[in-house]
Amino acid sequence: MKRRLLILLLIFSMVLPLSGCHGAQRMVGFTVPEEFDTSREYEITFWAKNDTNKAQTRIYETAIERFQELYPNVTVNLRLYTDYGRIYNDVITNISTNTTPNVCITYPDHIATYITGQESVVALDQLFADERYGLGGSDLRYEGPLQEEIIPQFLSECAINGAYYAIPYMRSTEACYINKTYVEALGYTLPEVLTWDFVWEVSEAAAKKDSEGTYLLNGQKVMIPFIYKSTDNMMIQMLRQKEADYSTPQGNILIFNDTTRELLFTVADHVKTGAFSTFKISSYPANFLNAGQCVFAVDSTAGATWMGSNAPLSDISEDKLVDFETAVRPVPQFDPDNPQMISQGPSVCVFNKEDPQEVLASWLFAQYLLTNEVQIAYAQTEGYVPVTSKARNTAEYQDYLSRGGENNKLYYDVKLQATQLLLDHVEDTFVTPVFSGSASLRDAAGQMIETAAKSVRRKITVDDAFIDELYEEMNALYHLDQTGSAGQGKTEFGPLPTTAKILLGTLGIAWLLMGIYTGREIWKKRKAVKTDSH
Amino acid sequence: MKKIIALLLALVMALAMMGCAATEEPAEDPAEEPAVEEETPAEEPAEESEVVVMSHADYMAAELDTQVVIETYVQDKQSWWEDKATVYTQDEDGAYFLYEMNCSAEDYEKLVPGTKIRVTGHKTEWAGEIEIMDGTFEIIEGNYIAEPVDATVWLGTDELIAHQNELVSFKGMTVEASIDADGNEAAFLYSWDGSGEDGSDLYFNASVNGQTYTFTVESYLRDNTTDVYAAVKALQVGDVIDMEGFLYWYEGVNPHITVVTAAE
Repeated sequence: MKRRLLILLLIFSMVLPLSGCHGAQRMVGFTVPEEFDTSREYEITFWAKNDTNKAQTRIYETAIERFQELYPNVTVNLRLYTDYGRIYNDVITNISTNTTPNVCITYPDHIATYITGQESVVALDQLFADERYGLGGSDLRYEGPLQEEIIPQFLSECAINGAYYAIPYMRSTEACYINKTYVEALGYTLPEVLTWDFVWEVSEAAAKKDSEGTYLLNGQKVMIPFIYKSTDNMMIQMLRQKEADYSTPQGNILIFNDTTRELLFTVADHVKTGAFSTFKISSYPANFLNAGQCVFAVDSTAGATWMGSNAPLSDISEDKLVDFETAVRPVPQFDPDNPQMISQGPSVCVFNKEDPQEVLASWLFAQYLLTNEVQIAYAQTEGYVPVTSKARNTAEYQDYLSRGGENNKLYYDVKLQATQLLLDHVEDTFVTPVFSGSASLRDAAGQMIETAAKSVRRKITVDDAFIDELYEEMNALYHLDQTGSAGQGKTEFGPLPTTAKILLGTLGIAWLLMGIYTGREIWKKRKAVKTDSH
Repeated sequence: MKKIIALLLALVMALAMMGCAATEEPAEDPAEEPAVEEETPAEEPAEESEVVVMSHADYMAAELDTQVVIETYVQDKQSWWEDKATVYTQDEDGAYFLYEMNCSAEDYEKLVPGTKIRVTGHKTEWAGEIEIMDGTFEIIEGNYIAEPVDATVWLGTDELIAHQNELVSFKGMTVEASIDADGNEAAFLYSWDGSGEDGSDLYFNASVNGQTYTFTVESYLRDNTTDVYAAVKALQVGDVIDMEGFLYWYEGVNPHITVVTAAE
């Protein structure tokens, strides 16, 4: 008996190390309930992002009202953000206290961090496929899209490690908003697809001043010919267009290469002449463009309503506005025959909770955001495109697209051009690999341009030694040697630590000894039986 | 055999505990931690012999993107985020806005109004706002709290920008209607177009001598738990008010208001 107890204890002790090291606060995996319990009341929170745009706020509020009419037992509390970074930081803070929102607008890059080590975000595959409450499910109280009606490219952006952790909500890309009047005044003809060479050449021409320091092109003391809002996108797209390394899908960092170095030298050269600056260094591209102080302004298509002399939204006073013709083009390209541009825009994730019914209520609301009503209304607020073919193919949306320029509000021509740009180039869009740390890599990509640009302005030489130091600094600053734990596919973890080797070795020996002991006991018993039978 | 098993049992359990103990301190997630372990400026003062401290006039005359060294006094703090602090400072001669100065959380607590600091950074301009970026600082001996200067008469004049970032007051101003993006009138708006909610920046208009100006309660500087936030939410069109705040700039004057009271 004592021996048996001892063996049991040994087995228990061997199971213990295999089970005891998982996080104590790990959320139990979500399983779709068979039935949504409508006899209960649910209160869910929705953290949403708007572009400081009243129309977007109104659409969220209206969507919540309509949803609550359909599901009177669900109350949705809206919390508004104007910054993805703030949402990310607040979610991270709330994961540790199990106080995450139920539904949240987010980037897939951020989800990769949210799901590291715990099931805080619901993998949506089961929910997508659920016959009653899934995409196009039979028991939905609204007409949502089928899975195949979500634009496949946009849906695939929400997959991490082979599972869907979000649904796309809106998509945008970057566009170059151009003062065409200035380009032509400088003697150039605007091509359909901008090349980097063209943009740099025109920008250098626009940076010329007279002896008084007044710019020849605009007669003002201020001119930033080329200004870029999101320098992380700038670096990412340039590398992609050059087919240069950025990272592997698993999260190995490859950005610190010779192509990046050459791109930084190019940026530095044009900062030195005053041809180029960034949002972080100077201000919003729209403000310079609309004041006649910029030729090429790159910003999101979701910022189109701020761009141009007649823009419905503006941060500068009317007396500063300059009249010019605005053209919209894809971001500059290295190979105009093979354009490449980033796909961006908000996605929606559902956070896991103890109560599966609460998660189901959250999913029902998240899915409601994909209905035509919400998709079309929100897409019209900026240069966004709906993420479902169901919404895009409606007569209502097609009519909207056909009316560009009818007025400077809903049908503002620059906004419609930006929207059409993305619709025409969906196949040319790409996203960067998502892994734990991919958000940091993105930050580093932009920060290298910012640092190089600032350094030139501060009369610091940007040479090979500078770039070497910058690479080291970025690696340390963003912990880029620690990325990739949530990477897609197979991940290399390196050699086992010594303690793990000892533990595994001991376990092996223990199993071996147990086997020998058990075999010996069996042999003894058989021998005894044989002896008795004889 | 019993002894062997007992020994094995003890060893395996000890190793199991060792293995679990190692997981109690998870590897740092780069996204969850402040991005960089900055050297604390307060612990690494610049060498005295190298320091040439600028007067406010020298600072204003310095070219953009040049390195500047100034001594100034903390008047208010706007925010701290990932070892970066944004601070309003002023001395007897003028004000300095310190944008995202390198600062540990511990040092941020030390930056109480009146604290004298020596700041080394780069003079920059962002949307018309002259500020010091990428600064480091050390706390030095001294204390000064600025009295607000009445800037009402400078509104709409070129004199105003000479007092950029200073603590100022505006007296006897009348609240005018703000119009949100839907065309609705209100005494104030959450965010510039009414797209925000409680907790967002507050925007409101007030006039004097027939001219209307826009004022802001910056939510990072004064959040929705503060007196000024509540006071602005209680405003009615036609109220006559006095205000105090910092003469911030964004594409023109954009005062960050810290006090609103009924006009005396």
